[in-house]
Amino acid sequence: MERKTKIHAEDGKQELVITREFDLPLELLFKAYTEADIVAQWMGTKVLKLENKKHGGYQFETSDGKGNVVLRSNGVIHEFSPNQRITRTFEMENTPFPAQLEFLEFEQLTDDTSKLTIQMIYKSIEARDQMLKLPFAQGINMAHNRLQDIVNKLK
Amino acid sequence: MNLRRDPFQAIADPTRRAILLLVATQSMTAGAIASNFDTARPTVSKHLQILTACELLKQEQNGREISYHINAKKMKEVADFIEPFREMWDDRFNKLEAIMKNYKSKK
Repeated sequence: MERKTKIHAEDGKQELVITREFDLPLELLFKAYTEADIVAQWMGTKVLKLENKKHGGYQFETSDGKGNVVLRSNGVIHEFSPNQRITRTFEMENTPFPAQLEFLEFEQLTDDTSKLTIQMIYKSIEARDQMLKLPFAQGINMAHNRLQDIVNKLK
Repeated sequence: MNLRRDPFQAIADPTRRAILLLVATQSMTAGAIASNFDTARPTVSKHLQILTACELLKQEQNGREISYHINAKKMKEVADFIEPFREMWDDRFNKLEAIMKNYKSKK
């Protein structure tokens, strides 16, 4: 499959940029970020709180297959402009990782395609690099299993 | 001293990352590199040895001086630690796309 998601992480910088083009109209892409039950499905996490407004907050809770909570994350929404932009913080609770700042830019490409650009800014270069070295592989396998569950339910 | 050949270990050190940044666009002699740091010259030499041992830097003899430049091929390999992170997001976004396509067709 074509690799659509791109990560730009320059050496020696405390930021990284994620870009992705979607075969979705802009409105549907944005909706996937604002409806709690949809966010829960694709992020593979429980959405405890999601307030889509300036000064609103959000909180996610991720569990392992046995229902044990493995990670709770939260943040505050700084700017919420429908179909354009979400500016927010992101923090993993009870970890040594400092909060990070995220700029999410939503763009229309055509009537049926859209693009998302996420700029993530970390407290330091070290914080970014340590975050990148987290063991993601396990999370990916869990996500695949969950995708299978979702697809099975749709049938 | 045990010269580690692991490039990930090599770039874990902030001084060594700074050295890589310095020589990213031009080759420099050991003396010129050392002049950018407050640390003692032997310390910088040690960092250069480590970076050379794991092939992030290449040495070039210029008369009596040795200059250092980036081994671009190896740097690309270092960038690979981003790949698992990229795959995680790609996986999430693939799901997002599948879910929203389904959402659209249900409407």
